[in-house]
This record gives sequence, C-alpha cells and structure tokens, in this order.
Amino acid sequence: MAGTLQVSLWRGGSDGRYVDYEVPMRDSQTVLDIVTWVQRNADATLSYRFACRVGMCGSCAMTVNGRPRWTCRTHVSKVASNGRIKVGPLENLPVIKDLAADMQPFFEKWQRAQGRFAPSKTRTDPIERIAPDSPARLAANAAIECINCGVCYAACDTVRWNPDYLGPAALNRAWTLVNDVRDAANMERLTAVAADSGCHACHSHQSCQEHCPVALNPTASIAGLKRKTAQAYLRGEIKP
Amino acid sequence: MNVRLYIWQRLTAALMVPLLLVHLAVIFYASRKGLSAADMLARTRGSVSWALFYGTFVSAVAVHASIGLRTVLTEWTPLGTRASNIAVIAFGLLLAVLGFRAVVAVVLI
Amino acid sequence: MSLLARRTSPLWLAALVHRLSGLALATFLPFHFLTLGLAIAGESRLEGFLRWTDQPLVKLSEGLLVGLLAIHLLGGLRLLALENLAWREGQTRLALAAVAAAMVVGFVFLASVF
Repeated sequence: MAGTLQVSLWRGGSDGRYVDYEVPMRDSQTVLDIVTWVQRNADATLSYRFACRVGMCGSCAMTVNGRPRWTCRTHVSKVASNGRIKVGPLENLPVIKDLAADMQPFFEKWQRAQGRFAPSKTRTDPIERIAPDSPARLAANAAIECINCGVCYAACDTVRWNPDYLGPAALNRAWTLVNDVRDAANMERLTAVAADSGCHACHSHQSCQEHCPVALNPTASIAGLKRKTAQAYLRGEIKP
Repeated sequence: MNVRLYIWQRLTAALMVPLLLVHLAVIFYASRKGLSAADMLARTRGSVSWALFYGTFVSAVAVHASIGLRTVLTEWTPLGTRASNIAVIAFGLLLAVLGFRAVVAVVLI
Repeated sequence: MSLLARRTSPLWLAALVHRLSGLALATFLPFHFLTLGLAIAGESRLEGFLRWTDQPLVKLSEGLLVGLLAIHLLGGLRLLALENLAWREGQTRLALAAVAAAMVVGFVFLASVF
C-alpha cells in the first residue's frame, strides 16, 4: 500500500463540523472513491450523493479544498496538499446532511428566471424551421449543455454576497431560451431577469466560467442578457 | 441592481471616459508647469467651457458613485435595500452640492 | 485557506481592485471638492493649501490616487467591452496589461511632480 490520506469530511447540518478520517491511498483515486471508502469502511452514517460516477450527471458535486468540483472527476493526486483533503457540501446552498446540499433554492431561481420553455405553437402547426448556423441558434447551442450540477452557483461570489441573486445557471438557461425563436415568453423572461438581483447584479468575476465542468460560459450569456434587457427597456418593451 | 440603475451607471461611466482623459491631461499639465492657485484660477474664472465641462463631470460622478456605492453596501454590509438607497441618495446629493460649489468657486469671477 | 483558495484568478482580482479603487475614489471626492471650494474665499486660501500639498508624502498619495483613477477607468472599460463587444479570449492578459498601464500613469505623475 502506498500510504494513507488525511481526509476531513463535513459531518452534520449547517452547524456541523469537519471530522478526520484516514483513508488508504490507491492509484488513480478520485475524491468520490475516498468518500465511498469512508462510508463503506469507516462510518456507514456518512451521507453523500452520486449517480453515474463517470462525469456525466453532475450529482457528485462537492467543495474540495475550497473549490466546487465533480468529485468523480477529481483525481486525489491533483488536489491533495501534503496528503490532506478537505471535502464539504456545495457552498451557497443549505446543508441537508454531511456532503449533501439542498438544491431547492437553486431550482427555485431557475423558475424565477423563467428558465422554462413556453410553447408558441400546437402540434397541428408546421414544425419551425431553424437554421443550425443562425446566430441565435449558435448562441443558444453554446450554452445549452448545462446539467444543473450547481458548481457555478457554488463558485459565484455574487450569490454569496447577495442571496437573492438569480445566479449563473438560471441566467445561462434564460439566455438559451431568449435565443430560441420558438419560445413565446420572452417579454416575461426579460422582465424577470431585468429586475433587482437579476442579470445586472453580475460583476463578471467569471468564477462560473472558470469552474464549469462542461466548459460553459455563463458570464458571456449574462452579458448577452444585459444587452437584450437594456435594449428592451430603452424601447419601452419591458417595465420591470 | 436592476436594468434602470444599470443603464444609468454604464451611461455615466461611458460619458466620463473622455471627461476623465481630459481631466488627467489637466492634472499633468498643471503639475508639470507648477501652476499656482492664481495661475489655475486665471484660466478657469469666467470660463463657460470649464463650467460646462466640470458641471457635467460632477453630475455624472454623483450618479455613478451613488449607484456603485449602493451595490457595495447591499453586498458587503448588513444594510438592507431601503437603508442603502437612503444612504447613497444622501451621498449623491453631498457630492452634487460640494461638486457644484467647487465648480462655482473656480468659475465665478 | 479556503477563503482564498479559488479567488486568485486575475479576473476576479481585477473586479476586486475595481471595487476597492471605486471606494477609495468615492471617499476622496468630497475632500477634493471641499478643497477646490476654498477658492471661494479667494486665491490665497487655495494657494496655502496647494503649498501644503507640496510635501512628498502628500505628493505620493496624489500619485496613488491618480493610479487608482487610472485603474478604475481601465477596469470599467473592461466591463463595458465584456458586456457590449463580442466575447474574446485573452482577457487575463488584458487585465494584467491594464494594471501595468495604471502603474505607468501613476509613476509618470510622480515623476512630473518630484
């Protein structure tokens, strides 16, 4: 055996504390492997989330040595400093227990930003023809791959400083829908994101873009929303 | 921060870019030439251009600084939205009053 | 450690510097206006104050203020460009270049007064 790792895991609710464990080191170990080892061999009461464990679903997102990441895609060798690792639940969200954060506020903001498609046609209407290389479709495609893992939200300091801020993921999704010509709710959507703590609260720190595991760029999406809402407001189309 | 405040802040910012460059040029000119108070005032007294220039500058900065300060107060202090609004309106008025007083001071013959 | 763990990217620091320089300038402005207002009482009051500012320490502070002004301007331009122009890569390099430019402005000012 190559040695052991000193691992600190958050235990309890928001008033919990870090508890230390010694975990055997293995080749190509991921942080998810460590957490799983602790739950199976050291303390069966540890709560944590995962699903696909191959970097597709985003369920295993946690805070590792201060940064939000997918634990199944984080090699221990890349993040351990002096053989120590600290793992906690995602920041900027309430803690349910141990390493599981409550994603409810995240999805509530998704709805508040009107991050849902509103149909404009029925099944009897002809299918909308959309050129895949139209500027609007390209803009939507560049931002569409979000799987709601919450890493950007946890990384965002503006969320941390302003609990009402809609956040990068919700605004990024709103941007994809603003660029969807089939959507019928754009005025409500622009009104929603132009309100207090909407897209204009973003300070372009770009932590979201830096941390997104799918290489999305919410800062750019939010910049687009700033432009669209400013134009709509100056034209009198929205009155937030 | 909402769309209305955003537009006001970005517009005053854009307006101040050229004003600031002129102001920096003025600062450098005055310090290189070692201008005394009398020298400076001789240039500004009775000047409509300087009055308009700095009057515009004062107006823009009063709006811009207030909105910026509001963001800092709501994000970094426990003050709520209402208290922050009151505080920054007061600050903006202070800047405007002191600023216009200064413009008058250097322009009035 | 974790508070600073991921807040070292140049763009995050650029935003922080922009905010802090703005606060410093906002604090300075009322005093600046009050000083100029001394001219109401006549040239001698203002002249007296300007002679007081000839001290090296004051001149250094003035240099710092000019630098802060320049960095706040450049940070603001960064935001205006980011929000209104097409997205561009290499923003980190631009941010660092902006810091260098602001320092140059500050130094040139100091060189001209000392």
